[in-house]
Amino acid sequence: MATRTIKVDYLTRVEGEGALYVKIDGDRVEDLQLRIFEPPRYFEGLLRGRDFREAPDITARICGICPVAYQTSAVNALEAAAGVAPTPAIRALRRLMYCGEWIQSHALHVYMLHAPDFLGYPSGMALAKDAPDIVERGLALKKAGNALMAAVGGRAVHPINWCVGGFYRAPERHELDGLTDQLKRARDIAAQTVRWVSGFDFPELEQPYIFVALRDDARYPMEGGRIAASTGLDIPVADYPAHFVEHQVPYTTAKHAYLTETGQPYLVGPLARLALNVRKLTPGARHALAVSGLDLPCRNPYRSIIARAVEILFACEEALRLIADYAPPNPPAVPVPPRAATGHGASEAPRGLLYHRYRMDAEGIIQDADIVPPTSQNQAMIEADVRAFIAHNADLDDASLQWRCEQTIRNYDPCISCATHFLNLRLDRGTGTP
Amino acid sequence: MSRTARPRLAVWKFASCDGCQLTILDLEDELLTLAGAVEIAVFHEASSDVGEGPFDVSLVEGSITTAKDAERIRAIRAQSATLITIGACATAGGIQALRNFAHLADFQAAVYASPAHIDSLATSTPIAEHVRVDLELQGCPIDKNQLREVLSALLIGRKPVVPGHSVCVECKRRGTACVMVAHGTPCLGPVTHAGCGAICPAYGRGCYGCFGPMESPNTAALSAQLAHLGESPDAIRRVYRTFNANAPAFRAESRKHGD
Repeated sequence: MATRTIKVDYLTRVEGEGALYVKIDGDRVEDLQLRIFEPPRYFEGLLRGRDFREAPDITARICGICPVAYQTSAVNALEAAAGVAPTPAIRALRRLMYCGEWIQSHALHVYMLHAPDFLGYPSGMALAKDAPDIVERGLALKKAGNALMAAVGGRAVHPINWCVGGFYRAPERHELDGLTDQLKRARDIAAQTVRWVSGFDFPELEQPYIFVALRDDARYPMEGGRIAASTGLDIPVADYPAHFVEHQVPYTTAKHAYLTETGQPYLVGPLARLALNVRKLTPGARHALAVSGLDLPCRNPYRSIIARAVEILFACEEALRLIADYAPPNPPAVPVPPRAATGHGASEAPRGLLYHRYRMDAEGIIQDADIVPPTSQNQAMIEADVRAFIAHNADLDDASLQWRCEQTIRNYDPCISCATHFLNLRLDRGTGTP
Repeated sequence: MSRTARPRLAVWKFASCDGCQLTILDLEDELLTLAGAVEIAVFHEASSDVGEGPFDVSLVEGSITTAKDAERIRAIRAQSATLITIGACATAGGIQALRNFAHLADFQAAVYASPAHIDSLATSTPIAEHVRVDLELQGCPIDKNQLREVLSALLIGRKPVVPGHSVCVECKRRGTACVMVAHGTPCLGPVTHAGCGAICPAYGRGCYGCFGPMESPNTAALSAQLAHLGESPDAIRRVYRTFNANAPAFRAESRKHGD
């Protein structure tokens, strides 16, 4: 079979700007590069010299879709550096806020960005022309997540109520009670969502994933925990640098990540969280998962949409429980006196594990920072998935292959702005223009 | 363009976090109505249908940080009847404009082992430094209600109402006691553009200026007040150097308090 070239100028329905370059000879992928062109914004550079209390607000701006993840990993790292632990009530309120972020981010991806791939539409808005009820359901879910974020955090994008040590102000009970009915409706929609997406047609692909996610003894991981992997690894977050390595690749502004010991790429995100923590799901989410037919561990990346839907349902149930049990933390924040130290923090962003490390001086001025977003950890795995898909489906015509390659990338809900960031797909089968 | 055709809308991204584009999708109750009232010709984050220009309205998120992007915004301007910037990055250069006060090489070395692979200008600049801008919507992120007002006004063909007063007016309207007067909490509200609804003071913290400078801000008087509250020159410099550090009024004031 002759080599071919396919060119696409912009990968859409992802957050940020990137490209994919593929060169295929017959059924063999000669070269494949996920190129993230999004211009770097140098957060690790601009954090130097800032007061440690500014880190949650500054790092939130890395991503407008998952600011709570950045704020959480930042406060976890800085509290660890200071040797201070927040109270259980503060941690519960953080978890409640985080549920809101999972609901809105996952609902956006499932309904507006990913489902159109399975149903043959260019966008959620185009899908709405034929199936307004479905898209309105997704928007109602997203709205419930945003309402929860606004109630606890002041607003949905870049919430303002998050500080090192806790919160500026704890919401009163009555400010949260109003959310209960909306979240109950969201829970029902989420259950319906799991049934809906589990009926999609999924391309065949099985990948030898190493799953990496946080683990918490009592609960499904979200706002903190230890780092676990399907290799048996189970380490405190502070040991992350010893077990994972990031390295710069010439063709992309985002760095790749590997397991230090074996040099293998790994997977973070909903499929990894479910593989390692399924027993800690809430009862409704476990039931929905069982009915969905998703076998764990799931190694088919296209089925991640089911995992995401299950996690929406989980987050609705968890939020309802946290609101029912809510007592405003008093005081809303614990004091965090700075000291010369290094701290590590992690949390489960909607897209997967998000690691932060800060070193501050005795006055609390940040000396250096390191941030490893989920999408950069997944980059090598995304490339491996696309490679494997093409190897099994090289007989597809160019248009279909291109569509499937883009869908394969979207399985990861890639947040390119986080990973530093642009998707444009170019398939080079060797016969056309390079 | 015929009179009966729907206006063609394009949404563009430069260096940014995507949060202002997300605010468009956050118009949950109006999104499908909007998608019916306009033709969404370009919105990469939300749609794989990508149309050609010209466009009636372009919404632009993000700042200019590469030579390629400086060319791209000129091409977009040439195809757009009306160009509106959304958010602090597009309007003031964003948090990434902190590099304008430092050496880019230092920032790059903090992030990348081989900065030579990276295409990056030494500065992050707002869209208006490159092309004519018809309307700037401030905020990090923009406010959903202000966005709704601008889009509605455009569809009706009237001028949008976006007040240029300070956050203080919004605190009064909301009935929030002044955090600076009552609690001695440093607050940028007196010099910051309205639009957020004065959220921070309602949560017991001072405004941190994410909407950027209001019209004619009296920053000198505010800095004197912050110093009176015990804030160090370093701390005063830092409060102006966040998400709107490169906005002229904040940039000039920050320079009065150290490097």
